This record gives sequence, C-alpha cells and structure tokens, in this order.
Amino acid sequence: MIELKGIRKQFGDHVVFDEIDLSLDRGEIIVIVGPSGTGKSTLLRCINFLETPDAGHLTVGDLSFDTTRATQDQILALRRRTAFVFQNYALFANKTALQNVAEGMIVVDRVPKAKAYARAREILERIGLADKADAYPASLSGGQQQRVGIGRAMAANADVILFDEPTSSLDPQWVEEVLGLMKQLAAEHQTMIVVTHEMQFAREVADRVVFMDQGRIIEQAPPAELFSQPKDERTQQFLRKILAANVG
Amino acid sequence: MHALDFDYMLGLVPILLSYLPLTLEMAAAGMACALVLACLLAVIRVTRVPGLNAFALLFISFFRGTPLLVQLFLFYYGLPQVLTFLVAINGITATILGLTLHFSAYMAESIRAAIVGIDRSQTEAALSIGMTRAQLMRRIVLPQATRVATPTLMNYFIDMIKSTSLAFTLGVTELMGATQKEAAGSFLYFEAFLVVAVIYWIVVEALSWIQKWLEKRLNRAYQR
Repeated sequence: MIELKGIRKQFGDHVVFDEIDLSLDRGEIIVIVGPSGTGKSTLLRCINFLETPDAGHLTVGDLSFDTTRATQDQILALRRRTAFVFQNYALFANKTALQNVAEGMIVVDRVPKAKAYARAREILERIGLADKADAYPASLSGGQQQRVGIGRAMAANADVILFDEPTSSLDPQWVEEVLGLMKQLAAEHQTMIVVTHEMQFAREVADRVVFMDQGRIIEQAPPAELFSQPKDERTQQFLRKILAANVG
Repeated sequence: MHALDFDYMLGLVPILLSYLPLTLEMAAAGMACALVLACLLAVIRVTRVPGLNAFALLFISFFRGTPLLVQLFLFYYGLPQVLTFLVAINGITATILGLTLHFSAYMAESIRAAIVGIDRSQTEAALSIGMTRAQLMRRIVLPQATRVATPTLMNYFIDMIKSTSLAFTLGVTELMGATQKEAAGSFLYFEAFLVVAVIYWIVVEALSWIQKWLEKRLNRAYQR
C-alpha cells in the first residue's frame, strides 16, 4: 500500500541516503531504529515531502509519482494521505487543543465546522483529553501536547501516520502515556511508521523492525527475530549498545 | 510676560475638539491601509517573491529614508504637476496616502521580524496536514505574528496620530491647523498650543491604555 523505491536525499554534497526501498501493507506497523544521524528522520520527512527527495518513486494508496517531478497537487494529495507526529509536538500555539485537532479537517478537508468540532471532540475523548478541549498548548504538559499532536494526526484520517521520535523530547514521566496511546492506535490497526529509540515499544508493537545505519537499511525483520538473532554485525553492535544503555 | 488666559483656554477646548474627529479619521484610515500594505510587503519579503522582493526592498528603503514632510509635499504639491489626473487630490487624501506609505515601510519590517520569529515547526506541522502556504500564513503564522508585532504597531499608530498634524502644511484644517488659525486670531500662541498639546497627550494616553488591554487579551492563549 505504501512503497518507497530508490529514494535519495542529499544536503549539498552530503548524501544522507540513496536507493532506499521500503514497503508496507495497510495496518502494518514499522519501527525504524538505528544510530543518530543515519537519516531515519529525514526518510520519514521525505514520505511527507517535508523534505523533497532527490530521486525515487513514492506510492501511497492510489497515489504514485516520481518524486523529482512531483506537482504541487501531488504533494498536497500525498500530505492528505500521510500524517506526521513531531518530536517537539509542533502544536499551533494560537489554537486550543480542540482547534488543533479540528484545523486540518476544516481547512484541508473542508468539513463543515460543526461536524469537524464534533469529530475533534470524539478524538479528544479517545486520547483522554476531553477536559482539555479549550486549553491552549502553553498550558498543557509535554505528554498532553504530544497526545494532541497524535490527535491532530488521527483527525487527518491518513493512510499512514509517521511518528518522528515522538517521545524523545518528553520528560520521562510523560513517556508512558504517549506510548500507551500509540499502542492503542496499533491495536486498532492504524498503519504507522515510527522512528524511535524505545526498544521495548518496538518489541511489543512493531510488525517489523527496520534497522538503518549510515543511510542504509541494513536489515528488517519481525522484532522477535531482529532482537534475538540480528544477522548483521552493525545491528548486533547497535542493539548491544542501546540495550546496555537501557538497562544502565 | 503675561498670566495664562484660562478663560480663553477653556473656551478653546470645545472648538479644537470639534476638529479631533478629522485627526482621528485620518490616522485610522492611514493605519488601516498601512497595515494591509505592510502585511503584503512583509509576506513578500519573507517568501522572497522574485522581482517583488526587490521592489519591496526599494519601497521600504525610500519611505524609511526620507522625511514624512518631504513625502507629503511630494504627493500634494509635486506629483500633480507630473501626473495631471492627481490635480484633484485634496489635502486629506494626500495625508492619508503619505501616512500609509511612510508607516507601512516601518511596519513591514516589524511584521517581517514577527513572522520570522514564529517557531518553524508549526509551519512544518501545517504543511504536513496538507495546508497550502496561503492557508498557513492566514491561519497560523499571521495571527501569531500579529500578537508579537502588536506593541510595536501600536507605537507606530500613536506616532501616526501625532504625524497627522503635518496635514496642516497641506492646508487641511485638522486639530493642528485649527489651533494655528485660532492662535493667529487671538495672538495667544502659548495658550493655544498648550491646549492642543494637552489634547494630543490625552488621546495618546488613552491609546496606551487600550494598548495594554489589547496586549493582555492577545497574550491570553500563551499563558501557562
């Protein structure tokens, strides 16, 4: 349902990655792990065209195009089919929690306001923030802000939600509530691609874990397999390091 | 030296106040037009629209770089000689035009700075859900930039109210023009100009109160 073929991104002379192929089915949950600076986030941003890929072909649902010849309409269509959750939440500071969730429906999908707000309230209910509907982001905790961020992505009714290190900026006490909400979405078979360092989350929730290093997909496998019998030397090294850090 | 003629001053107050509406109207009209133009210039500067950006730079440079009085004379006395259809331009229109162009140049830079100051991640968030650049500007960036720029813009508005007094040099009988006429009739220059100074002062003080109230209101969403 989602397919990346031969995706390349470079900043100036620095090639972040090249010839990246990745595909996933509806309802599948992929977790991308790997050392910092290997292009995981950049790859995720390419799927949403927050970064413009320098080569490759992108397919999401019935939308399929060469990324170097993308028209403005194709980019907007792609963004309507993909939703993004940011590391630093990136909520609209001038809008309440309710308005943050409803904004895309009203402006992009042109849902009538009353209907959009009704649906936004349902979403706030689901993410456990019904009582914060009229609160502005500045008055919410990090965990609450990120849950609104996820609510905003849910409202987009996208084919896939892209999570870019959604818990990395959070104080430790808020991490669980955000991961909990993501697990809830996973249980509802929401298609998602998650970049994270939360190995426990990957182990529990992912259908497939993708290990990236230095701009390459080194290996991908179901978590049980990848965590217990990593094939590649680099994967083994990475897992040893991160698991040691998690224990310590 | 003579004692202040209080009776004359008191009598002058209602006369001068009857010219206050014109002063405020010119300032309000100038401010409204300047805001629109400044927003346009700021957006052009931020998005670097090719061609238009160079024009905006030149525009801002000229209207910040020359005195308002010179600009007013240029529009009122100078331009109609070149562009004959402007012969009909009256002093009030010329003043509003001058205030608009002059202050929009300053305000554009304040608004530009406010826009640039909005956290970039919100821009990405808006784009990520499929908003167009125009929607992003209108719904997310400009409302927040307005809040940041409001204190500065209000200061420009206060400055603009005082600058309307230059209209009397174009033959407009507004607050300053009326005072000038009254003083010339009575020869009580000190009294007359003291009264008009106090009137300007009170108007500006009232505006400062509104400014404080407005800032409080705009900041409501951002308090913890």
